[in-house]
Amino acid sequence: MTFADVLSTVQAGRRSDGDRSALARTSIAVLAALLVLSFFFSLASGASDASAWQVFLEAAGLHTGTLQLSDRIIVFDIRLPRAVLGVLIGASLAVSGAVMQGLFRNPLADPGIVGVTAGASLGAVSFIVLGATALAPVSALLGLYAIPTGAFLGGLAITLLLYRVATRRGQTSVATMLLAGIALAALAMAVTGVLIFHADDQQLRDLTFWGLGSLAGATWTRNLMAAPLILPALAGTMLIARQLNTLALGEGAARHLGTDPQRIKMISIVCVAAATGASVAVSGGIGFVGIVVPHLLRLVIGPDHRYLLPASALLGAILLLFADAIARQIVAPAELPIGIVTALAGAPFFLWILLRKRGILDL
Amino acid sequence: MKTLLASLAVSAVAIFGAHADPSSQRVLSIGGAVTEIVYALGEDGRLIGRDSTSTYPAAARELPDVGYMRALAPEGVLSIEPDLILAHEGSGPTEAIDVLKSASVDYVEVPGGFSAAGIDEAIRVVAEALGVDAKGDAMRADIAAQMDALAESVGTIAEKKRVLFILSMQDGRVLASGTGTAADGILALAGAQNAILDFQGYKQLTDEAIITANPDAILMMDRGGGHAADSATVLGHPALAATQAAKDGALIRMDGSYLLGFGPRTADAALDLAKALYGNDLR
Repeated sequence: MTFADVLSTVQAGRRSDGDRSALARTSIAVLAALLVLSFFFSLASGASDASAWQVFLEAAGLHTGTLQLSDRIIVFDIRLPRAVLGVLIGASLAVSGAVMQGLFRNPLADPGIVGVTAGASLGAVSFIVLGATALAPVSALLGLYAIPTGAFLGGLAITLLLYRVATRRGQTSVATMLLAGIALAALAMAVTGVLIFHADDQQLRDLTFWGLGSLAGATWTRNLMAAPLILPALAGTMLIARQLNTLALGEGAARHLGTDPQRIKMISIVCVAAATGASVAVSGGIGFVGIVVPHLLRLVIGPDHRYLLPASALLGAILLLFADAIARQIVAPAELPIGIVTALAGAPFFLWILLRKRGILDL
Repeated sequence: MKTLLASLAVSAVAIFGAHADPSSQRVLSIGGAVTEIVYALGEDGRLIGRDSTSTYPAAARELPDVGYMRALAPEGVLSIEPDLILAHEGSGPTEAIDVLKSASVDYVEVPGGFSAAGIDEAIRVVAEALGVDAKGDAMRADIAAQMDALAESVGTIAEKKRVLFILSMQDGRVLASGTGTAADGILALAGAQNAILDFQGYKQLTDEAIITANPDAILMMDRGGGHAADSATVLGHPALAATQAAKDGALIRMDGSYLLGFGPRTADAALDLAKALYGNDLR
């Protein structure tokens, strides 16, 4: 296939040889159905034996007996907000990963690459450690939401700084961004280290648990904080899916195809920073979803972002719902931080795929 | 949707209107000291669960474990169906506690504090919540008498020994206690002086600071199982070896939860520590 052929197929949005768009559409439909099933599975399972079905029947006025108040609370105030948050976070992490891998043309890129995770950690740890002293006035004003707010602002600040550093004469260099990202993340980690040194025992336990990630703090309020950031960001990435495809040919070629690479970079980075920042803010650090999900999907449906992004959102959500169901029940009545489950299940699985299909993971 | 709104409304009411029912028969105890107090009051028959820090007495380990006290999962807690939760102060996270209160489970926060007064108040709160005030008062009087006797005997010590508490020694790094810790509190009760007053909490100490502090004795937790550094390693540490404590071979080891638990056994622990420090000098 000559270069001109590639150009024309990309422009036409399909591949003459090995066209997988039909397969991709089927996969998306299957994933959507699976997501609905996982959502109800998530509502129906838990450490207690409260029956979601009975509670829904009662809410619909069809239940004749009387249910305990705690059953209603478990379903409506614990499981439901948690399942909704799981879907939001899973979709957000997986799509952010897919976008970053596309933008950086690097299979190792994950949402953390634009510094969001390191910045968010710094913000969260600042409030955990200094919440009662230096940051007390802010902490008192924000109450329960001091840590999520701190994490979100920290993530945003580092990303903006990185964007400034990597942009010269209106052009952002992704290579500079990659390297400067490592330096800025190291800097943020060092400042976090200073705070950790000053932390007391209780704060140390708190920040360890924060770093492992959890959906345990899921409340309706947290959903309301995260959704307005995550949903528009996800929609934004879907709009630039086609341009991300052309960017895979290199910036020069993309420009000839009518894509403004600078605009795509900016939109991608803003969307990823908002989605990941909000996710990390409400649920701490949940690893591996952003890497495993897009790679798995590329193996099946190919690298076309128009299908890859929605499929990533669905599979990310499914994966996180299952990981959370395990986290909630495996050591019941206690629960495991979800980051442990995603890494324990994700890392070996990813390695297995990697060894079986050597080479196929190259973008 | 109606039910959802109703349950949200109930949440709001329950958060402000919680008060313990002293006849509760299904009690969940969060925090090592709280669990010890419940056992010491002889009310352990009403316990149905504990957190992962509640490891004493051994029988407590048989109870279902709801996880670490600061990372509680609301559904896990509700699944063992408690009607009263006795939680050490600092239990959380706050969102989990709010959900539990909204599920109309009585929630009583037990105050902490590394002093005799702190223990007394914790026992009072637990006994009141369980409706056994008389037993609680007897136990408080008993402990107060022990504490008074202890204070009297350590009061005669002419020169307080300066003690370095070492939390851990990994790779030769000494993690020592400053002020405001349980270790600092037990040293005060035992009539000793903490050798490190320059910082709060547990921090890594430089070798020079160890030599400058020159403690008369070293106190460590006895964790067993080869986890803790052995005596030769501790006293052979280059900086520690230069201290008075190493010259006298004054290395004291005590069980961690006994020494730092700040519960019903603390008066005994402080007395044991004082005996180990002062031997025959103690009246």
